Amino acid sequence: MSILHTVNKSPFERNSLDSCLKFAAEGASVLLIEDGIYAALKGSSVEGKVTDAMGSLKLFVLGPDLNARGFSEDRLIPGINVVDYAGFVDLAAESSKVQAWL
Amino acid sequence: MSEVVKKFMYLNRKAPYGTIYAWESLEVVLIGAAFDQEVSLLFLDDGVYQLVKGQNTAGIGMKNFSPTYRTLGDYEVKNIYVDRASLEARGLSEDDLVEVAWEDWESGEEKENIVEVVDAARVTELMDEADCVFSF
Repeated sequence: MSILHTVNKSPFERNSLDSCLKFAAEGASVLLIEDGIYAALKGSSVEGKVTDAMGSLKLFVLGPDLNARGFSEDRLIPGINVVDYAGFVDLAAESSKVQAWL
Repeated sequence: MSEVVKKFMYLNRKAPYGTIYAWESLEVVLIGAAFDQEVSLLFLDDGVYQLVKGQNTAGIGMKNFSPTYRTLGDYEVKNIYVDRASLEARGLSEDDLVEVAWEDWESGEEKENIVEVVDAARVTELMDEADCVFSF
């Protein structure tokens, strides 16, 4: 079983995402929540590093946080999956533990 | 009022909802409207996310305060500036932002949209011109 990593900070303001992507083991899941969802959007200056990470990690974004900030699924980097709160619970249950990058 | 009018600038650099800064700034702008000063808002860095249209907070159980931005023209806010580089770094364009109409009740002067995307040199100039900068 692998770890579920959560990132809740904007990649433009903090290095939470960078550290997460640096230390997450191959096959782990990364769920972007709260201000972390901005990393999932197409066309930004962090798109490259997120796309690179998707070669070895599974990327998810929390739908309610995405919608709250004015974005829909069509703005996401292809390959990032949207989950709702139940999906968050499923990811946590499927993982050995949850590690939060605050 | 006939006192000296000062240029107030509200500098917004934080994304909405993740922290309380955006909402607090908006509250202070609305309260400050009572002082009859020349007010402008500047959105930089993650602050540009505050103006993204189509925000729907039904799923996160928080108040959606984004419709309030569209009413700022009625609260003495004369100019709203958005840093172009901040938008571009985030994959956003002017089309992603709300529009804010403005009307002077006395002269009848109207503007359809006071949201203006500006470059870095203009941002520097605006900060220089302000008498007072409130940072959020």
